[in-house]
Amino acid sequence: MLDGIMTGISTAVLPINLFMVFIGCFVGTFIGMLPGLGPVSAIALMIPITYGLDPASGIILMAGVYYGAIFGGSTSSILINAPGCSSTVVTAFDGYPMAQKGQAGKALALAAYASFTGGTISAIFLLVAAPMLASVSLSFQSADYFALMVLGLTAVAAFSGKGQVLKAMLMTVLGLMISTIGTDRSSGVERFTFGNIDLMDGISFLLLAMATFALAEVVMAVLKRDHLKEEENQTDTSAIGSMKVTAEEVKEVAPTALRSSVLGFIVGVLPGAGATIAAFLAYGMERNLASAKEKLKFGTGSLRGLVAPESANNAASSGSFVPLLTLGIPGSGTTAIMLGALIAYGIQPGPRMLVDNPDVFWSVIISMYIGNIVLLILNLPLIPYISKLLMVPRTVLVPMILFFAITGVYLVSFNTFDIYMMVFFCMAAIGLRMLNFPMAPLLLGFVLGGLMEDNLRRALIISDGSLSFLWERPITAVIMTLALMVLLAPVLRNFFPKSRSKSTSVTSAEAN
Amino acid sequence: MKLFQQAKSQQTRAVSRTRRAFMQLTLAVSCAGLLGGAFSAHAAQVDSIHFLIPGGAGGGWDGTARGTGEALKKSGLVETISFENLSGGGGGKAIAHLIETAGQQKNTLMVNSTPIIIRSLTGVFPQSFRDLVPVAATVADYGALVVRKDSPYHHWSEVVRDFKKNPAKVKFAGGSTRGSLDHLIPAAAIKEEGLDPRTLRYVAYDAGGKAMAGLLSGETALLSTGLGEALEMSKAGQIRILAITAEERVSDAPDVPTLKEMGNNTVFANWRGFFAAPGTSSEEAEKYAKVLGDMYKTDAWETVRSRNGWVNLYKPTTEFSQFLERQEKQVGNLMRELGFLK
Repeated sequence: MLDGIMTGISTAVLPINLFMVFIGCFVGTFIGMLPGLGPVSAIALMIPITYGLDPASGIILMAGVYYGAIFGGSTSSILINAPGCSSTVVTAFDGYPMAQKGQAGKALALAAYASFTGGTISAIFLLVAAPMLASVSLSFQSADYFALMVLGLTAVAAFSGKGQVLKAMLMTVLGLMISTIGTDRSSGVERFTFGNIDLMDGISFLLLAMATFALAEVVMAVLKRDHLKEEENQTDTSAIGSMKVTAEEVKEVAPTALRSSVLGFIVGVLPGAGATIAAFLAYGMERNLASAKEKLKFGTGSLRGLVAPESANNAASSGSFVPLLTLGIPGSGTTAIMLGALIAYGIQPGPRMLVDNPDVFWSVIISMYIGNIVLLILNLPLIPYISKLLMVPRTVLVPMILFFAITGVYLVSFNTFDIYMMVFFCMAAIGLRMLNFPMAPLLLGFVLGGLMEDNLRRALIISDGSLSFLWERPITAVIMTLALMVLLAPVLRNFFPKSRSKSTSVTSAEAN
Repeated sequence: MKLFQQAKSQQTRAVSRTRRAFMQLTLAVSCAGLLGGAFSAHAAQVDSIHFLIPGGAGGGWDGTARGTGEALKKSGLVETISFENLSGGGGGKAIAHLIETAGQQKNTLMVNSTPIIIRSLTGVFPQSFRDLVPVAATVADYGALVVRKDSPYHHWSEVVRDFKKNPAKVKFAGGSTRGSLDHLIPAAAIKEEGLDPRTLRYVAYDAGGKAMAGLLSGETALLSTGLGEALEMSKAGQIRILAITAEERVSDAPDVPTLKEMGNNTVFANWRGFFAAPGTSSEEAEKYAKVLGDMYKTDAWETVRSRNGWVNLYKPTTEFSQFLERQEKQVGNLMRELGFLK
């Protein structure tokens, strides 16, 4: 292994490969920033270029584009509430409120540090344990994924701003319902498509996220034109805010970044989950771990709420290289494209890759260290300039966001029906937002709902219809117990008067 | 006029491929260069082909059309190539578009594959291949039944033996919906054994990779997938291919037995091919079929083919139509038996 790492280092530091890391990170960050255009688009764009390169350089370039896009995706989430790619949707929950409070600079800097932490920690895991982690990828069965999604859903309270648990639950259910639209995989039957062929493949997460966040946000801005002047004056005074992160804040978020990175990496290693799920789970975990007082900050610009998903999604994107490189199994659309590229080079990812192509294997992992440093160097100095975007007059910014959000979704499917659907969801979202329904639980329900149902159906077929799968495997049982604990925790907490008085005093303060 | 057409086709490409802006740029540059050269050098067989792709970028149809286009152009068989993605309704949108605008689609070839048969049978879209002009099938992928390396199954007959005892114990994974090819292939094989395909337990995953992860994690006993994907995985040494649904053994995998040689007459090829707009004359269709046939001999095609692991399967015009008729019957019978059709 040490030999392999040495070859990896010597390959990764070749000038051409350093150049590829740089180009990959740069292009990835840039494309990632455009709302709607995510890593899949970015990598697809790179493929024709990589054909001319040798395998190591090509994969290093694509890997750079991949984590660069996830890195860059947070920028538009934070600045304009328009997620750059699906895995940075969660970043908007607390990043955008921070930007609204005039802390855009700090939010972007924190996101950059968090991404760096996530990327670096998972690169360390990859280097030390990649071959061993292959078995982790395969240890999860459908029943375990189902349990994981249930655990994710228990975080719904984490996504309810202003203590409106009931509204949050309703939105989660709505999300679960929307996720059932389309062809049901386990029976081959179409559900809720009303005979419309365009609904047959279901609704894409990115479309829903862009419609309910980016589009709804800008339309709301137009609707609230009267109040706008005040707001604009407010943000102008402290438009970007300081980029400086104080020592106290570092202390506050450091454990969050570490926890979320580890969680994100593990979720990324699982072929059936991915970076988006990782970000949702990390956010939920952080909210559940927070004290009653801190909990209320989530959704209104909590530092921990920003750092958790940002660390997790970057860690997960690196983690997804484990099943890709050690098993040849792609866990996402992005890694599927990279698998195709590897095979086109004549490299077969899998257990033998370590023996057959150690230079490619190790140099990709080593290049991730370099890549994360490059991303930090590339992004930090740019923050003051990028956040100037906020100072662009709304009359220019609003049509720009509309343009990018709609074309971003259209260019994935090339189907005009998607645009009508976005308009529909945007209108519905505006109505719901005016009634103070939170949008985040909708996305949580939607993203987890599809996976939860699919895995439940599979688990049931595999266990011949018996519910015993819920406790038969230790992993399932442990995750289900965790989910139960999270659900019961608030009830149990009521028995402890101390914490109870604390939480009530906070809620009354909030009410005032 | 010709210049105008080229400009138009480039424009279409610009619209459909903005996301690949860089690639398009390089293409446009090389295209301009090639055009300059083409007038003085050899005359191409066909002036231009416009590929209509019924799915989004990065999918199987997309790869087939772009790979074929690349080979045709690099080998100089066709002067101008352009692409257009139009997804929706499992390909139904592109079919409707091709039929509605047939008058302006003189040089258009739409890529498609076995699902066009399944989806027109199940009524996903009202049209069928009969509403189009079949030009040629070009590549094929055979069904492959796969087990883990440490699986107790070494021969198809052992699977059948256990299936007879208790069908619920022999679960098949597949990377697509119930009723899709991945499901139909094991169902057909079971039916050939004289067993009831409705008792087959099919576990549906949302992608081939995830189905493979399911197989390797021990959830299911077998995996039904395409030979191309199975071969890549078997090179990695984690799986064993029990049987394929080819007529005879294929050269890329000489050690893999066919179901047929094991006494099971299931033969199924998942083809990919091209269709022209309705109203295209048979001479025109022959011309396109010929250029696709000539493509096989070029180095450019060999590069593309080996890169993608495709198996050549050439069936031009009438042969293609007859093949489609036969396959429709085969798939239709099976789906009726499984209860997907009334």
